Amino acid sequence: MSSSELDPELHAHGDTHGHGTYRSYLIGFLLSVVLTAIPFWLVMANPLGNPGVTAALVITFAVVQILVHTVCFLHVNTQAQGGWTLIAYIFTGVIVFITIAGSLWIMYHLNSNMMPGMETGQTSYSP
Amino acid sequence: MATATREIVPDPTFHLVEGDDHDHETGGGTVLGFWIYLMSDALLFASIFATFGVLSTAYAGGPTPREIFELPLVALNTAILLVSSITFGFAMLAMEPGKVRQTQLWLGITAFLGACFVGVELYEFAALIHEGATPQRSGFLSGFFTLVATHGLHVTVGIIWILVMLVQLGQRGLHVENKRRLLCLGMFWHFLDVIWIGVFTFVYLLGMLR
Amino acid sequence: MSEQSSIAKTIFGRLSWESFPFHEPILLVTFAVVVLGGLAVVGLVTKYKLWGYLWREWLTSVDHKKIGIMYLILGIIMLLRGFADALMMRAQQAVAFGDAQGYLPAHHYDQIFTAHGTIMIFFVAIPLVSGIINFVMPLQIGARDVAFPFLNSLSLWLTVSGAVLVMISLFVGEFSTAGWLNYVPVANAENSPGVGPDYYLWALQIAGVGTTLSAINMVTTIIKMRAPGMTMMKMPVFCWTALCSQVLAIAIFPALTGAFAMLMLDRYAGFNFFTNDLGGNPMMYWNLVWLWGHPEVYVLVLPVFGIYSEITSTFTGKRLFGYSSMVYATVVITILSYLVWLHHFFTMGSGASVNSFFGIATMVISIPTGAKIFNWLFTMYRGSIRFELPMMWVVAFMITFVVGGMTGVMLAIPPADFVLHNSLFLVAHFHNVIIGGVVFGLFAGMVYWFPKAFGFKLDPWWGKVGFWGWVIGYWVAWTPIYIVGLMGTTRRVRHFDDPSLQIWFVIAAIGAVIIAVGIAGFVMSIVMGFLNREKLRDTSGDPWEGRTLEWSTTSPPPAYNFAFTPRVHDLDAWYDMKARGYQKPTGGYRPIHMPRNTGAGVILSSLATVLGFAMIWYIWWLAAVAFVGLAVVAIGHTFNYNRDYYIPVDEVEKAEANHVPAPAGA
Repeated sequence: MSSSELDPELHAHGDTHGHGTYRSYLIGFLLSVVLTAIPFWLVMANPLGNPGVTAALVITFAVVQILVHTVCFLHVNTQAQGGWTLIAYIFTGVIVFITIAGSLWIMYHLNSNMMPGMETGQTSYSP
Repeated sequence: MATATREIVPDPTFHLVEGDDHDHETGGGTVLGFWIYLMSDALLFASIFATFGVLSTAYAGGPTPREIFELPLVALNTAILLVSSITFGFAMLAMEPGKVRQTQLWLGITAFLGACFVGVELYEFAALIHEGATPQRSGFLSGFFTLVATHGLHVTVGIIWILVMLVQLGQRGLHVENKRRLLCLGMFWHFLDVIWIGVFTFVYLLGMLR
Repeated sequence: MSEQSSIAKTIFGRLSWESFPFHEPILLVTFAVVVLGGLAVVGLVTKYKLWGYLWREWLTSVDHKKIGIMYLILGIIMLLRGFADALMMRAQQAVAFGDAQGYLPAHHYDQIFTAHGTIMIFFVAIPLVSGIINFVMPLQIGARDVAFPFLNSLSLWLTVSGAVLVMISLFVGEFSTAGWLNYVPVANAENSPGVGPDYYLWALQIAGVGTTLSAINMVTTIIKMRAPGMTMMKMPVFCWTALCSQVLAIAIFPALTGAFAMLMLDRYAGFNFFTNDLGGNPMMYWNLVWLWGHPEVYVLVLPVFGIYSEITSTFTGKRLFGYSSMVYATVVITILSYLVWLHHFFTMGSGASVNSFFGIATMVISIPTGAKIFNWLFTMYRGSIRFELPMMWVVAFMITFVVGGMTGVMLAIPPADFVLHNSLFLVAHFHNVIIGGVVFGLFAGMVYWFPKAFGFKLDPWWGKVGFWGWVIGYWVAWTPIYIVGLMGTTRRVRHFDDPSLQIWFVIAAIGAVIIAVGIAGFVMSIVMGFLNREKLRDTSGDPWEGRTLEWSTTSPPPAYNFAFTPRVHDLDAWYDMKARGYQKPTGGYRPIHMPRNTGAGVILSSLATVLGFAMIWYIWWLAAVAFVGLAVVAIGHTFNYNRDYYIPVDEVEKAEANHVPAPAGA
C-alpha cells in the first residue's frame, strides 16, 4: 500500500518538496563559493576603503546567496507542496523583516530618547 | 444488530469510494509540516538576531569585534559548512536510486564536516573566554555567544540526527519512512547553512566594519 | 536559620524546608484541600479499577477528539484556580483603604496578580481554544485525525506539564511577582534571585513548545487533509479562523521562546541581555514579549470569531453573510496584528514618529473587526433566529465586545494612552475584550459542540444560570473598574489611600461573586446534564440543525470519524448533503487506517516537568538525568516504526450499526 513507489510524500504530482540534480547542487555550490569569497575579500583586504559601501555590498551578496541556497539546495519553487512552501517562505521572510527592522527602529528611538549622551559603545558598567 | 431491509451503499456524490481510504489525494503532510517548523525556527533566530543587532555596540568598555574576531577562522568554518551542504546533497542523490551504502557514506562525511565545524567554534569560544571575552562581559558578547552557539547547537542536533539515521538506514535500508526523514533532515541541514550566511555576514563581517 | 550542608545542597539544590509555606495559613489550607481532593480522586480511580482504562483510552490516546476534550478539562480546572486568584484580589481591593491594610501582604499580592494573568492566558485561554480547534476542525474538514497525531498528544501533555509546574509553585517555593509577562528589571537575577521567575520561565517554555508544535500540526492538517472538493473557499469559516490563528501562533511563539531563553541565560549564567548594566537593555525584553503578546490575543480571538460565525448561521438558519469578506477580514487582521505591538509601551519613550505609526496601525485593525460584526448582524437580519443558549452567548458577545473594542481605540491614541497606560481603565479594557470576546465565545462553543462530543446536551436551565451569571457579573464587576481607571487609579496596587474609591471596588467585588455564580452554573450544567443525559440525549447527531460536516457524524463520532471520506461540493457541506437527499450508507465498508496510541507523549512531558523542577531548584544531577531521559525516549521513539493499524471491516460495521443513522433531508 505505502511502498516507496506510491508514497504520496515523495511522488505525488507536483506535490513533492522537490529533488535536486547533480547539476543544481554543483551550480549552487560554485555560486555560493563566489558569493562568500567576495564579501570576505571586501572586508579583509578592504579594497574600497569605504565601510558604508562595503557593508551594503556585503549585505547584498548575503541576500543573493540566501536565494541561491533557497533555490538550489532547498528546492523552493512555486510547485512544491502545491505552492504552500513558497507562501510559507515569503510569509516568514516578511515576519523576519518586521521583527528585525521593527526592533532596531524601536530600540534605536528608545535608546536615543531615553539615554541621551550615551555614545554608541559606551554604556554604564559597575566596576 | 440492526439490519436494513436494503443495504445503502456509499454514493460517490457524497463519499470517496474508489481505492483505499488512505488520503492519497491529499498526500502526506510530513514534509510540509517540517518546513513550517523550519520557518518557526527561522523566526527564533530572527528574535536572537534582532537582540544581537540591538546590543551590537553595547561593549560596556569591553572587547569590540575587531579585537576578538579572526576572519580566516570564520572563512574556514564557512567553507566547511558549505561543503557539508554539498555532501548532504550527494547523499540525497544517492537515495533516489536506492543506493543505501552510498547514502550512508555521504551522510557520514556530512556529519564529520559538521563535527569539524562545531569543533572550530568551540575552539574559538575557548580562546575568547581565555582572553576575558566572556559572554558575561557585555551585552554585545552575550548576544554574540548566544547567536553563534544557538546555531552551533542546531548543527549538533543535526549531527546526532545523522548518526541516528545511519543506524536506521542500516536496520531498514531506504524504507519509505527513512526517505521521508532524510528529506526533512536535508531541509534542516541546508536551512542551517542559510542561517550561517546571516551569521557570518551580520556578526563577523559587519562587526569588523564598525 | 539553618545552613544547608553541602551534601544536602548537592542533592536538593536550593530546595529546603524554608521553601514550604509552613508560615502561611491560606496556602497550608489550600494545600490540605488539594491533597485530600487528590487522594479522593486517586482512591475512586483505584476503587473502580480505572487506571488501565485511563492509560489506554486517554493518557496514550492520539485521537484528536480525546485530546481536545483533555485540553478543555485542563482549561476548566485552571479557570477555577485563576478565578480564585481573581476573587482574592477583589476581596483585598475592596477592603484595603486608608489604615486598613487588607489581608494580603505585597509580596503575596504580587504573586497573585502574576499567577492570575499567567494562568488565564497560558493555561485557560490557550488550552480551551486549542481544545475546541482540536475537536472540531478535523471533523469539519472531513478528516479522520490531524496530520501528526503523536505530536498532538505531546503538545497536550507539554501544556499540562507547564500547568503542573505553575501549580507546584503554589506550595513549593513561590511564583514570580513581575506580572503575567515576567517583566524585567523586576525579574532580573539581581532583583528576584529566588525561584519565582524561574517557575514562570520553565513552565512557559515547556508549554510554549507544546503550543508551537500544536499550531504546526493544525496548519498542516487544514492545508493537506481537507476532504476532496473542499477548496479553501469552501472551508467552514471556523477552519479559516483556526488556520489564521495557528499561523499567527507559529509566527510569534519563537519570539517569546527567544526572549525567555535570553532571560534564562541572564539569570542562570550571568549574561547581560536585559540587565541594567554591562550593556544590557531591559526594553529589548519588553519589545520581544510584546511582539509575541499582541498577536497572541488575536490567536485567541480569531477562532472565537469563527465559533460565532458557525453559531450565528446555524441558529438563524441561513448561510453566513459575506463569506469571502469574512475570510479576507480574518487574513487582514492576522497580518495587521503583527504591526501594532508597540502600543503596549507607548509611554516608554520611543517618540512621536514611532508612536504615531503604531497608533494608526492599531486603529486600523478595528476596521476588519467591525466588518465581521456587520456580517454577523446581516446574517441575523431576516433570519429565523432561535435564541437557544449558544445564540444568547453570541448576542452577549456582540454587545460586550464592541464596547471593549471602542475603549481599545481610545487607548490606541498615544496621547490618551499617556494618561490611561497602566491604569485600571486599561485593565478593564482587556478584560472587556477577553471576557466579552474570548470567554463568551468559548462558552458558546462548548455549549454548541458538547452534544457532539458526549452525546447529550448540557442542562439548559443551569446553562442559563451560567450565562446570566457571567453576563451580569461581568458588567457589575468591570464597569466600576473603567470608572476608577478614568479617575486615574493605577493597576497592580493592593492598597489605596482615597476612601471615596472604595464603593467602586466593593461593587466590583460583588460582580466577581456574580461571575462565580456563573461559573458554578456552567459546572452544574455539566453535572445535571450528565445526570439527566437520557432526557437530553442527541440521537440524530445533528441536534441544532447544523450546516457543517461534524453534524453528519453520530454523537459522539466513532473513533475514525467518517466511515467514508466525504466528498464536498459547496460551502456548508452538511447542509448541502441534506438538501441533496443524503442517506447514510449501511454497507460497503472498507478497512480504516488509524494511528496507534502511544505513551511517548505523556512520558516525555513527565520528564520535561522533572527537568523544569530540577532546573528551578538548581538540582543539577536531577536535571541532567531528566535531560538524558528526554533524549533517550525521544530518540528511542523514532525507532518505533509500528505506528499505525487498520480497523477491520467487521469492526467498522459493528460501530456503524450501533448508532442510529442521521435523518435525511434538511
